[in-house]
Amino acid sequence: MITGLYRAGNSRLHRAGAGRKLLALILGGTLLLAISSLPLAALGLLIALALYGLAGFGPRVLWTQLRPIVFVLAVLFLAQLWLATPAEAVLVVLRFAALVLAAGLVTLTTRTSDLVAAIERGLSPLSRFGLDVAKVSLAISLAIRFIPAIGQIAGEVREAQLARGRRPSPLTLVVPVIVRLLKMADEITDAIDARS
Amino acid sequence: MSTRDIVLVALFAALMAALGAFPPLMIPAIAVPITAQSMGPMLAGGILGAKRGALSMLLFVALVGVGLPLLSGGRGGLGVFAGPTAGFIFGWIAAAAVTGFLVERFWRGLNFVTAFLAATVGGIVVLYGIGIPWISFVGGVPLATAAAGSAAFIPGDLIKAGLAAAAIVMVKRAYPMIRPAHGRP
Repeated sequence: MITGLYRAGNSRLHRAGAGRKLLALILGGTLLLAISSLPLAALGLLIALALYGLAGFGPRVLWTQLRPIVFVLAVLFLAQLWLATPAEAVLVVLRFAALVLAAGLVTLTTRTSDLVAAIERGLSPLSRFGLDVAKVSLAISLAIRFIPAIGQIAGEVREAQLARGRRPSPLTLVVPVIVRLLKMADEITDAIDARS
Repeated sequence: MSTRDIVLVALFAALMAALGAFPPLMIPAIAVPITAQSMGPMLAGGILGAKRGALSMLLFVALVGVGLPLLSGGRGGLGVFAGPTAGFIFGWIAAAAVTGFLVERFWRGLNFVTAFLAATVGGIVVLYGIGIPWISFVGGVPLATAAAGSAAFIPGDLIKAGLAAAAIVMVKRAYPMIRPAHGRP
């Protein structure tokens, strides 16, 4: 089973409902993006940092959240310095740091299963317009189950090719894996239909 | 949506995750890592068609959003959507839809050239057409600057469009999934 990015803990943030956290994130993020104010962005970043402390996360966790965007932020910062004012350059960096940290915090403190449940609850009003929420849930749980299986299938195909003395290339690996997936889809479909 | 459609959508979302686990290729001449993952939308659209392909990408984006580390490099979670390059992630949904739409149009006489055209228009033109304005808008930089910063990835994406096109044609021959509507040329 694939493990999510959730980090166990018992803080108030960990215990808060997934729906509430998502709503707070959407409201906070919209506010941060809608108002171009340096003090507000700085305040947003401070609040995000304080919440990491509240959730019991240290600098190392903070860094894992920021590391993937550091390069893009550096480029944006330099572009803003060049094209606009230093204040704008700082604003862009502060804003993204705050947004990415806040969004990452929801992920760190909320179990994947709770977020999936929140999505399903959020979608349920759409059932009036013909959306079948049970099918959405089925698709989500199937995909989570299939992820480790595909790695396994790719490994088997690679081994079979090596045994036949063929060097696997991206193409000779991808095509047999996909064809096996498509055949598997029929068997899985029959199994699901037989059970329901 | 039949049960089979749902299974296919879930399988291709999972395939997208598996592509993210591939180690990125470094091509010295362009100094940009090439990840297998951006082949996913081209494959999903080109093999499943527009609707199921786009839904599989939507499902994949949702799985990333609920906190699974499925993007190449093990990234995931809501923080990814808040970053300046999030348009390239949401854009996968449209990329699969357009690739799928074009492959459906070209279905009868599908060959490498038409499949490559579909993968390039969907997986590169449409994807960058969403990703670049997104950076420009949220990052507050001019379009040209955002485009210049993204251009380095285009050569790698063209190679992936070629691989995806070859795979789309081969899979069509082995196991065709798209059924053209009756009476359409």
